[in-house]
Amino acid sequence: SCCLFLYFISSEERHLRANDREFNLSFKYANNAIKTSKYNVFTFLPLNLFEQFQRLANAYFVFLLILQLIPQISSLSWFTTVVPLLLVLSITLAKDLSDDITRHKNDNHVNNRKVEVLINGELKSEKWMNVQVGDIVKLENNEFVTADLLLLSSSEPLNLIYIETAELDGLVSNRFIKYSISILYISGEVRCEPPNNRLDKFTGTLTMRGETFALDNERILLRGCTLRNTEWCFGLVVFGGPDTKLMQNSGKSVFKRTSIDHLMNVLVMFIFGFLAFMCTILSIGNAIWEYQEGNSFITFLPRADGANASLSAFLTFWSYVIILNTVVPISLYVSVEILRLGNSYFIDWDRKMYHVKSDTPAQARTTTLNEELGQIKYIFSDKTGTLTQNIMTFNRCSINGKSYGEVVDFAGQRVEVTEKTEKIDFSWNSLADSKFCFHDHKLVEAVKSGSPEVRAFFRLLALCHTVMAEEKTEGELFYQAQSPDEGALVTAARNFGFVFRSRTPETISLVEMGVPTTYELLAVLDFNNVRKRMSVIVRSPEGKLTLFCKGADTIIYERLHPSSSKLMEVTTEHLNEYAGEGLRTLALAYKDLDEDEFEKWKERHHEASTSLEDREAKLDTIYEEIEKDLLLLGASAVEDKLQDGVPQTIEQLAKADIKIWVLTGDKQETAENIGYSCNMLREEMKEIFIVAANTAEEVREELKSRLLGKKSQVVEDEKVDGEYGLVINGHSLAFALQKDMQLELLRTACMCQAVICCRVTPLQKAQVVELVKKHKKAVTLAIGDGANDVSMIKTAHIGVGISGQEGMQAVLSSDFSFAQFRYLQRLLLVHGRWSYLRMCKFLRYFFYKNFTFTFVHFWYGFFCGFSAQTVYDEWFITLYNLVYTALPVIGLSIFDQDVNDRWSFQYPQLYAPGQLNQYFSKMAFARILLHSCYSSLVLFFIPWAAMCDTVRDDGKDIADYQSFALLAQTCLLIAVSVQMGLDTYYWTAVNQFFLWGSLSVYFAVTFTMYSNGMYLIFTSSFPFIGTARNSLNQPNVWLTIFLTTILCILPVVAKRFLFIQLKPTINDKVRQAKAVPPPLPRKFPRRRISTRRSGYAFSHARGYGDLVTSGRFLRIPVKSRPALFPHTDTMHTETLDNKITY
Amino acid sequence: MMASSYSAKEEDGHHSGSAGLGGTAIRTRKPDNTAFKQQRLPAWQPILTAGTVLPAFFIIGLIFIPIGIGLFVTSNNIKEFEIDYTGTDMSSPCFNCSQSFSWNSTTPCRCVLFFSLDQPFESNVFMYYGLSNFYQNHRRYVKSRDDSQLNGDERSLKEPSKECEPYRTNENKPIAPCGAIANSMFNDTLDLFYIDPNGTQTQIPFIKKGIAWWTDKHVKFRNPSSSNPNLTAVFIDTAKPVNWRKPVYELDTDPENNGFINEDFIVWMRTAALPTFRKLYRIIQKKNNMTPTLPRGNYSLEVTYNYPVRSFEGRKRMILSTISWMGGKNPFLGIAYITVGSICFFLGVVLLFIHHKYGNRNNSSDIPN
Repeated sequence: SCCLFLYFISSEERHLRANDREFNLSFKYANNAIKTSKYNVFTFLPLNLFEQFQRLANAYFVFLLILQLIPQISSLSWFTTVVPLLLVLSITLAKDLSDDITRHKNDNHVNNRKVEVLINGELKSEKWMNVQVGDIVKLENNEFVTADLLLLSSSEPLNLIYIETAELDGLVSNRFIKYSISILYISGEVRCEPPNNRLDKFTGTLTMRGETFALDNERILLRGCTLRNTEWCFGLVVFGGPDTKLMQNSGKSVFKRTSIDHLMNVLVMFIFGFLAFMCTILSIGNAIWEYQEGNSFITFLPRADGANASLSAFLTFWSYVIILNTVVPISLYVSVEILRLGNSYFIDWDRKMYHVKSDTPAQARTTTLNEELGQIKYIFSDKTGTLTQNIMTFNRCSINGKSYGEVVDFAGQRVEVTEKTEKIDFSWNSLADSKFCFHDHKLVEAVKSGSPEVRAFFRLLALCHTVMAEEKTEGELFYQAQSPDEGALVTAARNFGFVFRSRTPETISLVEMGVPTTYELLAVLDFNNVRKRMSVIVRSPEGKLTLFCKGADTIIYERLHPSSSKLMEVTTEHLNEYAGEGLRTLALAYKDLDEDEFEKWKERHHEASTSLEDREAKLDTIYEEIEKDLLLLGASAVEDKLQDGVPQTIEQLAKADIKIWVLTGDKQETAENIGYSCNMLREEMKEIFIVAANTAEEVREELKSRLLGKKSQVVEDEKVDGEYGLVINGHSLAFALQKDMQLELLRTACMCQAVICCRVTPLQKAQVVELVKKHKKAVTLAIGDGANDVSMIKTAHIGVGISGQEGMQAVLSSDFSFAQFRYLQRLLLVHGRWSYLRMCKFLRYFFYKNFTFTFVHFWYGFFCGFSAQTVYDEWFITLYNLVYTALPVIGLSIFDQDVNDRWSFQYPQLYAPGQLNQYFSKMAFARILLHSCYSSLVLFFIPWAAMCDTVRDDGKDIADYQSFALLAQTCLLIAVSVQMGLDTYYWTAVNQFFLWGSLSVYFAVTFTMYSNGMYLIFTSSFPFIGTARNSLNQPNVWLTIFLTTILCILPVVAKRFLFIQLKPTINDKVRQAKAVPPPLPRKFPRRRISTRRSGYAFSHARGYGDLVTSGRFLRIPVKSRPALFPHTDTMHTETLDNKITY
Repeated sequence: MMASSYSAKEEDGHHSGSAGLGGTAIRTRKPDNTAFKQQRLPAWQPILTAGTVLPAFFIIGLIFIPIGIGLFVTSNNIKEFEIDYTGTDMSSPCFNCSQSFSWNSTTPCRCVLFFSLDQPFESNVFMYYGLSNFYQNHRRYVKSRDDSQLNGDERSLKEPSKECEPYRTNENKPIAPCGAIANSMFNDTLDLFYIDPNGTQTQIPFIKKGIAWWTDKHVKFRNPSSSNPNLTAVFIDTAKPVNWRKPVYELDTDPENNGFINEDFIVWMRTAALPTFRKLYRIIQKKNNMTPTLPRGNYSLEVTYNYPVRSFEGRKRMILSTISWMGGKNPFLGIAYITVGSICFFLGVVLLFIHHKYGNRNNSSDIPN
């Protein structure tokens, strides 16, 4: 069995030889051509039709058609079913065709991209689709990666390359370094894992000249990335086309359905039952009639041989199934698709969701979820790139008790900083970063005037970090920072004249106010989450030993020399101010070291760093020894730049009673900080629970203690006094998401106005969404921009991707995408609300008109011996849904708006009906049923009473079947049209045109079909000749139509008016108040808070400390790889959101 | 800098950035600024306010009540006389006829009913026969006809449609006219006599043409090969409907009223919508302005009783009626209009009251914000 097992493994794994096509082809690996299209010319029609007939609706049509072909049953001609069926089929066919053509075009475009392939030692240009596994390809700068490649070599020193993984996971600004194997021409053999969809894992070996190397993810370049800042590189194709990780990931898309879809399924089942019920009643009626009357009526109406009452009843049942089939809204599905598509286009077309800077319009990627946008109750948002821009700016600083960075006018008043505020001119510094802006002149003056503290401050920023610099051309520096915070600080120092230029493992080169200076780097006391600080020990050119330290204020304060206590007080004040503004603060301190003291320390340090046991802890203790008696320099404040309009959007959404949960991979401090700066957490909140425990029991205790205090009984119970916030970290969340604790978590979370989960893995994000989805029965929306958000975007009812850069994975798996978080309020409060309103109005009206139409047949059954005789002309039955009422209802459901967008923003409460399912529910459906019942009674019995024993004004017949049919159908059409008019809130010219047009078309078609010419040509199809002329010229016919119409709408108008008077909804009020223009949007005052809160939120994991000092990264490792991006020290490192923590 | 720098203006697309490039038409993906795409189409937005709803109720009330009164009065002015001659009662003169019915009997059964009119019928009088409990609207009955045959199509004359089964062929000859409707044609003959006070009976002259719709008579129903005036020859290869006593070409002596275009036949073929119906039988034209068409007095109705209704508990009636602009006598519309008008008016008053009592608190100022 062991051998079998081995065999199994080897058959699974991929085996290929570089540059040996023959060998590789023998395995029949997929080549690099991709195919996302579904059909070709020949398979299109049969395959598509096959798919279509699998749908219940179409299958039902076919079933009806078969029934109609049985003469004993057929109560309607075949065309009444065939015409709508053909229409439905052809619309779907056309849509699928155009979709597939687009996919074909995209495929061709991608497959025909050119790439250079090494064939027989020569580079030849090849189409992508012809690239085979085992080929060596050459990529140039800014080219897309052709397939999943094993990196071989690159133009850059150390064989590094830079890539942008935009299409894969949305990491745009971060450029990842990958290692290459520095040989150009290899004849090696690769054995590796079979194709799979894990973007972060790769295992394999490369055998070359008898040596075997381990291969891992760091040497694999995935299709979907773009090569950046690298002149060229060579790669060996490992996976091609459909086997690439990109394609393996994109295959399975989750099919989402809206809650209205689900409701409709339930209703359709109910309607089927109802149909069966009606048919049963009618067939029982038929049995009774046949028994009592039919037997004696046999002289005039003989039966077929062998027919008796029970057979007749059985046949009648099916006949009525045909006649009453209009209650099952088959054409509804098509119409729903059409109007959802229309509303999706409105999202695509909206200029107010178009982002000018990135030239990105909003996009409805899924066109079947629109109305759900109007029902959102929970929003799950990512932080970085979604709420924030992932740009850090050095904003304020406090140096030696003096705060800089605030702009004041001549009167000393604080001035709001806008785009127009004058920026500081850094042209005196040739190495300055032109993108950096700062507004306070005092700081430049202080640097220029040579203030020692200010200079020390920036020197610290320039020295104490683990940034790597890259200088492509003289003076053009590019910093490779581990975290954007650090990048911002080093850049600030650079602009203020302390330019970090390069580093070696032993030195750091600066340009200090124009003077090149090289410091000897003696030690890096690296950052980690417990220490919350980092230090460097350097020797200046003058030989002075200094320790520079930056870190969380609370941590630094503990290690200050007593002489700094006065400065500490002032700085604390500043720190509080910065924290109140949502800035991320760091305290900076230094200490001059004694040579002897340092030497001794260094020895101990060496000892600790080489010890095998407990090294980390020992090192921490050693660090602790030297980081004391520090002298405070000041504090820096970095702004994690929020996207425009984020606080306003969050406030608006909160007013619409939408709960926002932030799920982020960030550290707790960072997440909390953002919570404050975007107005989710507020100082006014009664309490902010922080759950950060390490064991399941502790988490339970913490959650319970919150609960007990608040006495919440059920999940639905959310009424609590005051506002609370909840911050929970990933560690605790892992415990809290366990089965037995889930509900407690949910209960606590739902009591809180704001929930922030930090350090969550992508999987946990999805679990949180799932939890809410499952237990709250609420509609959820997830918004994010990166690969780590994909799982939650796919899990939530609606996924929104932040786009802006081209093709990102979050966007690819999202349902809607746009460039800025703030567009979310427009998407929900305007488009979502309208879509929901329109969809519900559409459904209500559609059901109403079809039920009314059908119930009339039911009543007529009692007067025609339950014989399944129709009330209307067959042509009217065919055309009623397709022509006479189709366009007006589509017009209603595409154009209708109860209030316009400005009012929707003004009163976010208008969003509530969607969340509460008020416009379309089972209750609403029951009301429609009753309303239809009433209308159909009016529409049948008024004409019945009016026509009973009546004659024309010349004594001739008018109570005949055909005239009665015409009267009944005209009454019906006019009554439902008037009802449509009542339902329409927003009469555009199109609505008018559709409504009047449809009525005119009805009369035109009727007169045409009842004309002499039509009868003489198609005698048997148009037996109603002359009916229109002979009855529509009768005053009593029109008086009847008028009466039925008034009777149909009278109760509706009275009821609606009564409700507006007695129980006006907010919609009614806003609609009534519309005459007054809405006030201008309010200004959001800048918050000033004085409560003590640390603004420390350094988005930093353990740094590159090891790396920059060891220099190990210059070697090519084979067996083990240095931690270039060492992981954090939590247990979730593997899966952590890789974007923000580094 | 922070949120405050964000302005709504930028969002609206009136951004100077792109305009500044002037002239150089850079293709952006910016959506078009059309009223349609931006959902800003001008629209009329009616709301149900007291100002519109209440007057509407009153106006509808005020319109409906006079119309209703007009209709009611008109309907009441129509004179109508109805007599049931089914003969279900032992006392009825037609009792014997109704009992001893056979399709094959050669001697017609006759009975005479006497009645008197209390009021003279001034204008033209229309004479109807009415049937009850007769399901002319039964699905199998309604479709049992061949319109092509009735329209004079030669092929259908010889090959009637399958819908006509079982009245499609008889003794291997196609039935003309085929189908259950034609087969069950009403075939009683009614004659009306005025009995002078001195006892002499005068037959009232009937007009039997002009009782069917013009379109039916001239378009829908046509004799086959209308060029051939000899209907006997035209229908030579066809059989008469099973229940008929004479073939279709002997329905009348007038060639304009014979065969398929016989008006009694056409009237019958226009099937009724409801199981109780009346069909126009004859017209009694007003002779001059001086004498009423049917003066007050005694009349006798002579029935040639051919049509059996006893088996299915049907009823046969003879109706004499004058007409007005709104057709025959039917008080329903008038009453309905008066009722609906009154309800409207009443509702208007109630709603006005409610509006005054509660409606005022409905204004925008209390929209929660």
